[in-house]
Amino acid sequence: MSTLLQNVFGNAKGFARLNGESKVAPFVVLLLVVTVLASACNLLLPQDSIFYVSTYTITLLGKYLCYAMLALAVDVIWGFCGILSLGHGAFFALGGYAMGMYLMRQIGDRGVYGNPELPDFMVFLSWNELPWFWQGMDQFWLAMLMVLLVPGLLAYVFGWLAFRSRVTGVYLSIMTQALTYALLLSFFRNEMGFGGNNGLTDFKDILGFDLQSDNTRVTLFIITALMLSGLLVLSKKIMQTRFGKVVVAIRDGESRARFIGYRTENYKVWLFVYSAMIAGIAGALYVPQVGIINPGEFSPINSIEIVIWVAVGGRGTLVGAVIGAILVNYAKTKFTAIMPDGWLFALGAMFVLVTLYLPKGLMGLWSQFKGEQAVAPTPVNPPNETSASHNPEEGRA
Amino acid sequence: MAIGGFLFSLLVSTSTLAEPPSTAQQPLLMQLTEVKLSKALPVLQQLETSTGADMMVLFKTMLAGKLYYVKEDRSLIVVSKEAGETRYSDLFSAEPRHDLSKKQVKKIKVNNKLRGYLRESIARMQLHHTDPEVRVEAVRSLFSDLDKPTIELIRTARLDEQSRSVQAVMDVALALYRVKHAEDATERLEGVNALQGSLEPEVRNQLTLLVANDPARSVRKAAQKGLDKIAQQAEMYGFINQLFFGLSLGSVLLLAAIGLAITFGVMGVINMAHGEMIMLGAYTTYVVQLLLPEMIEYSLWISVPLAFLVSGLAGVLLERLVIRHLHGRPLETLLATFGISLILQQLVRTVFSPLNRQVATPEWMSGSIEINPLLSLTLNRLYIIAFALLVFMLLLLVLKKTSLGLNVRAVSQNRNMAKAMGIRTDRVDAMTFGLGSGIAGIAGVALSQLTNVGPNLGQAYIIDSFMVVVFGGVGNLWGTLVAAFTLGIANKFLEPVTGAVLASILVLVFIILFIQKRPKGLFPQKGRAAE
Amino acid sequence: MKIKHLVTGIALSMGATVFSVSAIAADTIKVGVLHSLSGTMAISETTLKDTVLMMVEEQNKKGGLLGKKLEAVVVDPASNWPLFAEKGRELLTQEKVDVIFGSWTSVSRKSVLPVLEELNGLMFYPVQYEGEESSKNVFYTGAAPNQQAIPAVNYLKDDLGVERWVLAGTDYVYPRTTNKILEAYLKANGVAEEDIMINYTPFGHSDWQSIVSDIKKFGSEGKKTAVVSTINGDANIPFYKELGNQGISAEDIPVVAFSVGEEELSGLDTKPLVGHLAAWNYFQSVESDANTDFIAKWKAFTGNPKRVTNDPMEATYIGFKMWTQAVEKAGTTDVDSVEQAMIGQETENLTGGMAYMNKNHHLSKPVLIGEIQEDGQFEVVWETEGLVAGDAWSDFLPGSKDLMADWTAPISCGNYNVVTKTCSGQTY
Repeated sequence: MSTLLQNVFGNAKGFARLNGESKVAPFVVLLLVVTVLASACNLLLPQDSIFYVSTYTITLLGKYLCYAMLALAVDVIWGFCGILSLGHGAFFALGGYAMGMYLMRQIGDRGVYGNPELPDFMVFLSWNELPWFWQGMDQFWLAMLMVLLVPGLLAYVFGWLAFRSRVTGVYLSIMTQALTYALLLSFFRNEMGFGGNNGLTDFKDILGFDLQSDNTRVTLFIITALMLSGLLVLSKKIMQTRFGKVVVAIRDGESRARFIGYRTENYKVWLFVYSAMIAGIAGALYVPQVGIINPGEFSPINSIEIVIWVAVGGRGTLVGAVIGAILVNYAKTKFTAIMPDGWLFALGAMFVLVTLYLPKGLMGLWSQFKGEQAVAPTPVNPPNETSASHNPEEGRA
Repeated sequence: MAIGGFLFSLLVSTSTLAEPPSTAQQPLLMQLTEVKLSKALPVLQQLETSTGADMMVLFKTMLAGKLYYVKEDRSLIVVSKEAGETRYSDLFSAEPRHDLSKKQVKKIKVNNKLRGYLRESIARMQLHHTDPEVRVEAVRSLFSDLDKPTIELIRTARLDEQSRSVQAVMDVALALYRVKHAEDATERLEGVNALQGSLEPEVRNQLTLLVANDPARSVRKAAQKGLDKIAQQAEMYGFINQLFFGLSLGSVLLLAAIGLAITFGVMGVINMAHGEMIMLGAYTTYVVQLLLPEMIEYSLWISVPLAFLVSGLAGVLLERLVIRHLHGRPLETLLATFGISLILQQLVRTVFSPLNRQVATPEWMSGSIEINPLLSLTLNRLYIIAFALLVFMLLLLVLKKTSLGLNVRAVSQNRNMAKAMGIRTDRVDAMTFGLGSGIAGIAGVALSQLTNVGPNLGQAYIIDSFMVVVFGGVGNLWGTLVAAFTLGIANKFLEPVTGAVLASILVLVFIILFIQKRPKGLFPQKGRAAE
Repeated sequence: MKIKHLVTGIALSMGATVFSVSAIAADTIKVGVLHSLSGTMAISETTLKDTVLMMVEEQNKKGGLLGKKLEAVVVDPASNWPLFAEKGRELLTQEKVDVIFGSWTSVSRKSVLPVLEELNGLMFYPVQYEGEESSKNVFYTGAAPNQQAIPAVNYLKDDLGVERWVLAGTDYVYPRTTNKILEAYLKANGVAEEDIMINYTPFGHSDWQSIVSDIKKFGSEGKKTAVVSTINGDANIPFYKELGNQGISAEDIPVVAFSVGEEELSGLDTKPLVGHLAAWNYFQSVESDANTDFIAKWKAFTGNPKRVTNDPMEATYIGFKMWTQAVEKAGTTDVDSVEQAMIGQETENLTGGMAYMNKNHHLSKPVLIGEIQEDGQFEVVWETEGLVAGDAWSDFLPGSKDLMADWTAPISCGNYNVVTKTCSGQTY
């Protein structure tokens, strides 16, 4: 066991990463095949067929895929650049809110108060006119732009400030956590105009398609799968470019990269923005499928949970993050049904065991298993394990 | 609140001297057991003015909600619970009634209206109490309801009153009555002048009324002058009050964060389970009170060292079993300790139920010190501020004066060098972690007096604690102190302007921006180790 | 399903909770329970789950319903609002339940509502709430604002002579709406703007120093003052503690709360709370045969002699009894038939009177006001003369004063505008 572990530790990052990356293509194919099969089984088969996939399952799968996309976003910055964000839930929720606002406006006068302009919760709080930031959100293109822009802009401002001041490591993690916490508190306030604790719900249709019909649901599911595949491929391509190589260099030695002459903060900011946008898209696809967005999505616990999906799957592998998210959430659905109290124990244990014994996650285990014969085990410790890192800034993850 | 407790202790001493109720009182007392709640007030009023037995004991028992009657013969009794045992005794003779059981007695109901009346009536009876402080309180509680008979009572009591402070409040009462009822403007003016300098809210209200309604211009002017003076004072005391609130919030933050300052600052370990160490301390207090129900008054003194041990031990275990293996990988430590925190929360939920648990506040920590009618400081907050500072001092002493402290500082400054000098760094790590966690446990004892003791207790403080440590500068205890009080005070001064939610959001945003400007906090650690 | 797994190669399937029941499903009537068993709301909601289970057990002892046994299907939405929609869908499509008892918070109800309407399910919602809703698929057995807040204010105004009002609440939709309604109501009753103070705090607020000191200042200005509290759960204890410490007693400034019940008080240090008030439709301390019987059964069912009962439990009890009556009347569990049969149902409540189901899917119930006692129970100090009919749409809000709900023909609408004579927002 111990040699095995050492190998996992010892097989330095690059090796596992390359292996992980190379799995993107087959994974995408698998994902698309499953998607097409599941969709076809839902739409074409009669309900009593044993191959019938229920709409409930379709929405569940759609939700998992949104989470997978979110995990991908975290993996892009954590796995490849060593930036541990404990606030990615914020970008996800912001994307979700942008979509939610569009869907709210689509309700039109079909709300309970029959007000053609204002969403129900505003009538309810006796507001008289639409706040400025709700203007134009009934246009799909603008809403979609906001899905990308709002998380992207927040990430840019936050990243620009943080990376330029060289806030790194745990400081950065805690700041991202504070960021999502501050947003959580803000969105809870009813004065903000986002529906307070209740959030946005009771959506009717999207681009004229009834959200409650099976066709729309399947379409959304397929779009989610396509989007995830596309982003997987794109992320892989980005990591293979010069930009990606510099990013990895920053992860492995930021000072060195800087001394060589790279403006490391620029690379980090843009990667951060890219990742935030992925999270925003995930949120936007999530909302019409689950039917509600509320401030709970900003809670710091949610954001930490995303990190564990990535860790379980194996960070720096892209595919690993996706698999991790799907597996953990599937386990959660199953586990909470069987023994609701046990889930937190299981989740907690997962955090501890994965960080202690599976630092490369399931993908690491897989490569280890595959590469055992091919590569001679190199029992060396990663450089930063033994070197004196007596202050928190220096230790890189 | 403090009065309530005091009244009751008084009850025991007076009740032994009481004489039995007179024949005039007997039917009234009988009525009290039969009458509906809404009709009880006239009966009590008749009882107050009746002659015979002293009704003080009846009123006080009733106020405390301990007055019962025996269903069979409708005689009044006191039912009290001591150390989980119910005791029955006769109301007037105070003789124990061992023959009674729960089924034979029924409670005499009291509602707020009656409580208000009882408290006032007791105050009237207490105008001649032996303790001047009780007399002051008695007069003050009569302020809001000064009618003719009451004023007469006060006036006669004033004649042979010796104590200065009692005289002063009695004069205020008389003057209040005068400005309200005197026909003659000069008399009212005199009254207003006599009221100058008093900060009682009733005085302020009366003056406001005068300014608005009094026909005489001189009276209005004098009243306005009085009001201005009060407003000035009120502003100053309001400021002091806010400062106190800020200090109090700061001390809570300090207690919560200081343990983290050690583990984070010295070892560079992000302990997400820190909040749960606080929670363990709070639950220790609960268990202590559960096991020693008759020692509530001393329970906190027992809990403090115990909580230190419990949380400290948990900390050492955590360090040995998990954190040691993740040395030098702070981000992984963060994740692993977060897992631990989930497990600990769920553990507490399973063992103690997800409901909040009851932690009683000892009598000596309840209530407040009233400095003047505009400024009173709550005792529990006062103690906690003092306690937080004490813990801080002790910790400073440990770090500066003991060999453990020396080792800890050495390791924090240069781990390898310390190792080379023969310091067993892994042992120091464990001890440091134990120390930090133990202090979190102590914080838990203090927090159990302010907030709910439940599985989410730790979660509520973890983010704030991190903010304090990061803002103050990692590895600097003084920085933590300054940061805690700064954030506490800033929060409390913002709150009246922006509301509680926005205040905490603004503070968070401020810290986020501040850290971008000064990534190492207010007081960055100096020296070679820092870079 | 097995084959599908093989085909897809990924072990994903539906999150089916109960694995073995499909065989006997045909001869049972399924009762879905949608209450959180984990997470922050578990404290309150687990009790309601147990109440439903107790009622199901009891009904089965009586021989079930329509000759069939009842079968409870319990799922855990884990205090996670989107999960309420997901689990609701699971109950209706996978488990095919005939009725759902569930939800506590408004947001969870709002989350599951579209699913209920889409799949034409039937849900009983047992908690006091802000009103402003009436769905064909939901029966609201908890109190609407006019069954809790307005009578409480009347009591304070008329019996205690309160003239100044502090409306303190947690910042979410229930307090916001309740306070809006109360503010309009108080102003309509001649209370001046400056005699009303409104304050909102976040969930779990624990540092009440400034707010309590503001309340103290506000209450010291000569007029009798009261606090109407819609403060939620965890924040209450620190609030009452601070009141006590700052020397504000229930006689000086009484606090009437709408979210503090027996369950919340159980096992807490009630010393600082004694004398403060709460308004509910039920108190455990009310003496009636039905209540004594219910409490005894509850204690036996949970095996804990110290367990308390509370208002949402009574609401669940009434809802369940009415549903069984309606099913018997309709002779089927078909949602549309049961929905129509429900209207006009009456059943005994636990406080010695009757409860009626109105056309707007809300109940008529008595309103009680109790003072908190040292043992964590309430002493009833006031109650309404007769029953109060739940009002789905408040008369004191500008947006909803023209709206009414009537689920009988010819209107059959939850948001019927009496002025324009139109029905808005109905998707079915």
